[in-house]
Amino acid sequence: MGVLDSKIPSGPLADKWAKHKNEIDLVNPANKRNIDVIVVGTGLAGGSAAATLAELGYNVKTFCYQDSPRRAHSIAAQGGVNAAKNYQGDGDSVYRLFYDTVKGGDYRSREANVYRLAEVSSNIIDQCVAQGVPFAREYGGLLDNRSFGGVLVSRTFYAKGQTGQQLLLGAYAAMNRQIQRGKIKSYTRHEMLDLVLVDGKARGIIARDLVTGEIERHSAHAVVLASGGYGNLFFLSTYAMGANVTAAWKAHKRGAFFANPCFTQIHPTCIPVSGDHQSKLTLMSESLRNDGRIWVPKRLEDAQAIREGKLKPTQLKEEDRDYYLERRYPAFGNLVPRDVASRAAKERCDAGHGVNKTGEAVYLDFEAAIMRYGKEKAFTSGIKDPDKETTRRLGKEIVEAKYGNLFQMYEKIVDQNPYETPMMIYPAVHYTMGGLWVDYNLQTTIPGCYCAGEANFSDHGANRLGASALMQGLADGYFVLPYTIGDYLSDDIRTGAIPTDAPEFEATEKAVREKIEKLMSGKGLHSVDYYHKKLGKIMWNKCGMSRNEKDLKEAIAEIAELRKDFWENVKITGNPDDKNQELEKAGRVADFLELGELFAKDALHRNESCGGHFREEYQTPEGEALRDDKNFKYAAAWEYVGEPKDSKLHKEELTYENIEVKTRSYK
Amino acid sequence: MKIYLKIWRQKDVDSKGKIVDYTLNNVESDMSFLEMLDVLNEDLVAKGEEPVEFDHDCREGICGTCSLMINGQPHGPDRLITVCQLHMRSFNDGDTIVIEPFRAKAFPVIKDLIVDRTAFDRIQQAGGYISVNTSGNPVDANAIPIKKHVADKAMDAATCIGCGACVAACKNASAMLFTSAKVSQFALLPQGRVEATERVQNMVRQMDLEGFGNCTNTGACEVECPKGISLENIARMNREYLSAAVEG
Amino acid sequence: MSGLIKSSIARKVVMALSGLFLVIFLVLHVTINLASVISPEFFNEASHFMGYNPLVQFIMQPILIAGVIVHFVMGFVLELQNKAARGIGYVKYKGSANAPWVSRNMIYSGLVILAFLGLHFYDFWIHEMAYKYVEANPEDPTRYYAETVEKFAPFWRTILYVVSFVLLSLHLWHGFASSFQSMGVNNKYTPGMKSFTKLFAVIVPLAFAFIAIYHHLNPITH
Repeated sequence: MGVLDSKIPSGPLADKWAKHKNEIDLVNPANKRNIDVIVVGTGLAGGSAAATLAELGYNVKTFCYQDSPRRAHSIAAQGGVNAAKNYQGDGDSVYRLFYDTVKGGDYRSREANVYRLAEVSSNIIDQCVAQGVPFAREYGGLLDNRSFGGVLVSRTFYAKGQTGQQLLLGAYAAMNRQIQRGKIKSYTRHEMLDLVLVDGKARGIIARDLVTGEIERHSAHAVVLASGGYGNLFFLSTYAMGANVTAAWKAHKRGAFFANPCFTQIHPTCIPVSGDHQSKLTLMSESLRNDGRIWVPKRLEDAQAIREGKLKPTQLKEEDRDYYLERRYPAFGNLVPRDVASRAAKERCDAGHGVNKTGEAVYLDFEAAIMRYGKEKAFTSGIKDPDKETTRRLGKEIVEAKYGNLFQMYEKIVDQNPYETPMMIYPAVHYTMGGLWVDYNLQTTIPGCYCAGEANFSDHGANRLGASALMQGLADGYFVLPYTIGDYLSDDIRTGAIPTDAPEFEATEKAVREKIEKLMSGKGLHSVDYYHKKLGKIMWNKCGMSRNEKDLKEAIAEIAELRKDFWENVKITGNPDDKNQELEKAGRVADFLELGELFAKDALHRNESCGGHFREEYQTPEGEALRDDKNFKYAAAWEYVGEPKDSKLHKEELTYENIEVKTRSYK
Repeated sequence: MKIYLKIWRQKDVDSKGKIVDYTLNNVESDMSFLEMLDVLNEDLVAKGEEPVEFDHDCREGICGTCSLMINGQPHGPDRLITVCQLHMRSFNDGDTIVIEPFRAKAFPVIKDLIVDRTAFDRIQQAGGYISVNTSGNPVDANAIPIKKHVADKAMDAATCIGCGACVAACKNASAMLFTSAKVSQFALLPQGRVEATERVQNMVRQMDLEGFGNCTNTGACEVECPKGISLENIARMNREYLSAAVEG
Repeated sequence: MSGLIKSSIARKVVMALSGLFLVIFLVLHVTINLASVISPEFFNEASHFMGYNPLVQFIMQPILIAGVIVHFVMGFVLELQNKAARGIGYVKYKGSANAPWVSRNMIYSGLVILAFLGLHFYDFWIHEMAYKYVEANPEDPTRYYAETVEKFAPFWRTILYVVSFVLLSLHLWHGFASSFQSMGVNNKYTPGMKSFTKLFAVIVPLAFAFIAIYHHLNPITH
């Protein structure tokens, strides 16, 4: 077990959580008033945790870099939230959700955590409906469900294509209620720049007011990090522009282990990159794969002609198209999990079949769906032998009702009409399964420092299934962390307020100020974005969808070199005592430049292919991932000891007592 | 293409701002509007000048952070999108584009094009929620069936992203569309009816306290709203408010 | 209660109610005026009734005047608040892109109408008051038609009246339907209500203008 104690309760899997809740220490309501908790990040996990902690009686301070908690990037999640409600009566259960999640994660997640997640999932739906979240409903007035990739049941609840938005606004509303009661103090446009440890325990943070530039000390009895994922490491991603790893990374440098950094999800259906100026990639919901068929031209010369604009995709005959997902994975077809779909797209494009100018795009075609729906509609409307035009028109109406807003979004960005010509898509960085290592209580390796949501590593293993991120964020925030944290805080009922003039606060603030000063004193050769883009290129080319030893070794060296260059030559305009976006970006990129190296190191050490981590050296003759359960059935938790490349590996062996570990197959 | 920019620059909340002219020579039509500003900022940083600060985050039209007045219209000339979804193909070579912050007394300028919209948060805090405990709700989600078209209407209202375009567009800088969207969402749903009276009164009181203007039903907000929130919501809020006043 | 009166919504409702009240008054006014074109005798009778019936004179007339005052005072108060709510104005503001001119300029159409009301009061109401209470002339139920026609003899006055009616039309074009929205009425009948508003906003001022021009062109010859 080493230094890592996962604190998984004993007993049968299904009873662990109930038993644990019964056994952990509680803080009585009168004492909660004397205890302060800091929550960094106000997305689904942070917002829901803050609201619940405040409701329980703790004094909560929340911090977010956005101008309002309502803008956290959870808001951009489109598809839905999973819950084992079995409202559709299609055989769903807590166990099946648990099983799908562990299998989808390629057997690299912690069994007990995933089971708990599945167990509380249905509470999430009850909770959100009570809060007034307007989930989609059927004509009978009951909640509707849709299906998502990698599973065989319909368990996804949704609110149009804006489920994340509605769930986040629910959590934000719950926060507002507590702000109004005076139980939450919300600090917006604030960024956490370091974690303060007193006697080895997390006792506060140093934050920068992004408007005034002021460096502030905030103390608490515990600190919860819910600061999201680190996908912006790749520069181009579907993340918000401001999304960053700083809070988690600073905690890492203060002693929190960082687990599985190389487990990154590359989402298969994003709008392809169009040029060098691009700042951001846009996701097209996975739900499109329910109806769209993915293909590339069979012949290389056709692909070439399409790239040069000499041939239109609609001119290509059916037999000249390669529906490669349907060909390779007949059972799941276009609905294989995200990692599988992404890799297959890259494989085809690398082989020269890509269809846009850059050669990095495949088609997502709705023609078949339009015609199929059109025929059905004609039949139910009593139109006999409809001509092609009528069928098309009727089908288009149905597709428009289902995906209209997504099609409109696509047309706005690409300037092509997806009803007339197939959409072009390509994989993009979308989610990070890795994050701070936490135990069953969501506590990191620093006592009193907790981590929830995407920022932790716990539930998705090496690959996350669609509609599970929202589920995990809310499960952690509403139902898990507010209770497990009591076990720790019960020792603090007599501590009293933590003074911010302690030497530890003094020293940490000084370190933060020095770091800012150092950033500002760069020679001024290149902008922050220059470094960020360079880092992104290294990450995407050498640590992206498929990785090999040589590339990873090069990446480690190149990132270290780039980091050195950055600290010497970065150019930051303005001054630190003002609103200064360049300085904000610089601080974040500085941390990415360290994380990137650890990321590559983690990918290099994991000599297997699993989930989002695909090592070219470890694949079957058919090109499928080759997992190595004998040597790598563990979570890799890295301890910071100076330079990222020197980080020390700790292993948490994963044991599966309730599920048979087998090769993931979607064929 | 070549684009002439006239951009509002302001050091901080206490300073006086002014319009500054910039010229960009290599704008591509498939750039997004914000990517065009990124290019401008890269140029400025290279010259050692301070870049133009503007609010933006998700860049996919859902977070509501971006907030620019472009040629006199919030989020620019196109309908049903935010600035981050606006592309340069909506402009022509040689165009002059005036970029200003959203203007309202309740939205003070923080720097350049960034405004402080915490007034919106305070309106929400005054009552934009249903008072249920977040932990361990025992009622099953399907216990109360809700008519589909009612749920859909609530969803349409709930889709507000809180960007403030309604305030920026309104000649009176009124926040009625924003406030009414939340009031409507909860007024429509049975869960929200319980507190409907207090909610509408508290939210309207806060809205007025923040210094937003009065609604004169010009409908500009509805036209400029990137999410197409309907004026019906304002009528519903007026109705709710009047019946709350009668109830006392 | 004071909180209610101060609230933006309640003030808008006051605008809506007083506005609707004035709309009803306009219907009455235009009906009687039309009589002056069709039947001078009936016009005289109706005018005399309005001028000497105590209910009209001492109850309805003050209410009407109060209605007018409430409407324009509240209109000013709201306008000032609305101007202040913007603070610093835009360098470029394209109001025409998202709202019709009439809805954005109610204060100007209103101001013109208010100025017109001054003239109109001077022309008719002050004259009546002087006739009845200052000079204490005897009742004469046949004088109204001739007095009215005579008022429209000067070209300038006719023009001023017609211009004011155009502005009245613009004011009604937005204001009438808008008052329902302010009172919370927006439903499946709203599009119909909006069409009716437009019809009303054209027909009523047109009728007023027609009457003014008719009398200008058809003076009483002695």
